[in-house]
Amino acid sequence: MSHVVIDTKNLLCPMPVIRTQDAISNLQSGDTLSVLTTDPGSKIDIPTWCRINHHSVLAIEEHDHVITISIKVGEV
Amino acid sequence: MINAMTNTQPKAIALISGGLDSMLAAKLIQDQGVHVEGINFFTGFCVEGHTHAIRRKQHNKPRRNNALWVAETLGIKLHIIDVVETYKDVVINSKHGYGAAMNPCLDCKVFMVKNAKDWMQKHDFDFIITGEVVGQRPMSQTKNRMPIVERRSETQDILLRPLCAHHFPETRPEREGWVDRDTLLNLSGRGRSSQIAMAKEYGYDDYAQPAGGCCFLTDKTYSRKLTDLWLSRGERKYELDDIMLLKVGRHLRPRSNFKMIIAREEGETNFLTGYKKRYTHLFSTSHGGPLVLIDGQLHEDDFALAAEITARFSQGKNAPVVTIDICQKDKAVQTLSVTPCSENNIQKDWCL
Repeated sequence: MSHVVIDTKNLLCPMPVIRTQDAISNLQSGDTLSVLTTDPGSKIDIPTWCRINHHSVLAIEEHDHVITISIKVGEV
Repeated sequence: MINAMTNTQPKAIALISGGLDSMLAAKLIQDQGVHVEGINFFTGFCVEGHTHAIRRKQHNKPRRNNALWVAETLGIKLHIIDVVETYKDVVINSKHGYGAAMNPCLDCKVFMVKNAKDWMQKHDFDFIITGEVVGQRPMSQTKNRMPIVERRSETQDILLRPLCAHHFPETRPEREGWVDRDTLLNLSGRGRSSQIAMAKEYGYDDYAQPAGGCCFLTDKTYSRKLTDLWLSRGERKYELDDIMLLKVGRHLRPRSNFKMIIAREEGETNFLTGYKKRYTHLFSTSHGGPLVLIDGQLHEDDFALAAEITARFSQGKNAPVVTIDICQKDKAVQTLSVTPCSENNIQKDWCL
């Protein structure tokens, strides 16, 4: 299992979703991904994208305007 | 329905804009047992997405991506494709012309259907669905112009428009029996009553309202700013940051060599802050006020004017003196104390 971090800070919707989608396309089921974003819309859009693509959001944390969304990759 | 050649469930890729029509088109085909997935192209000019994330005053509505909402409601996968680079040619070199603003709608539709076809072939899907309705849009959705889309994208037999299929010849999905033509519709015109009735029947009550379209290129003010950008640079080119910045702030061009992008509220200031390292910028240190980015070259003899204008939009606009910092890349910060520009001295033709 691998863990990847992608930095999408200062990008706005839908770019954080696109970067998440592209990163997950290179991962395996069970791998984890942390997405760093400053776009508040990502707190809705990335979990929605994960639900429709059968990935799991493990946590959403926010410190100093930086949001970290942790994802476990489902079946790819 | 079964694809007789492969003995599998037929698969369709649906162009999902986030609006109601493409949602209904996908639903009609999904209900016939076809496996449907959605595709959404990010051109950089999309109205939703970036705009709802920037301005705080627009935060009274939930900040969602409507294409994702549609996909989740339909229970289909959605593939969001970044086409910012390849889309430039559509905007800059329109073959079929622009609409009332800088909107190359017909070229855009050709581009999207062609890209959907490429995706379809790569992923072994069978046909493409769009939510187009005959007569709904003067540039791209008329009975005479819609066939141009399939001709130029070479999708004559695999492009299905479920909402208005009866206005066109049968396509392969209908002939093969993957889709029952009798269940497809013959909608036309700009009216929305049929679509709204269908949405009600399906129980969709939170779909995106078509308020002003989904593309900034249909907006005359935005298009004026894009044209100004090209004129000021002497060439028709842009990067993603350029077209993002056209969406934000008040734009003033006091002199041909520079433009000022003035944040209108806190959300825009926060957004422009992300560009401070790359752009010359000004702000008041003596009073509250917006962050101002400079696009172009600010010469020393422009400093006073730029500072006076920045002061005009600060909370010190009526003060006798306002202190402004001018920050240029790799240079020491310059501090000027200026009298704010009066309202009368802001020339109308500066405002883009």
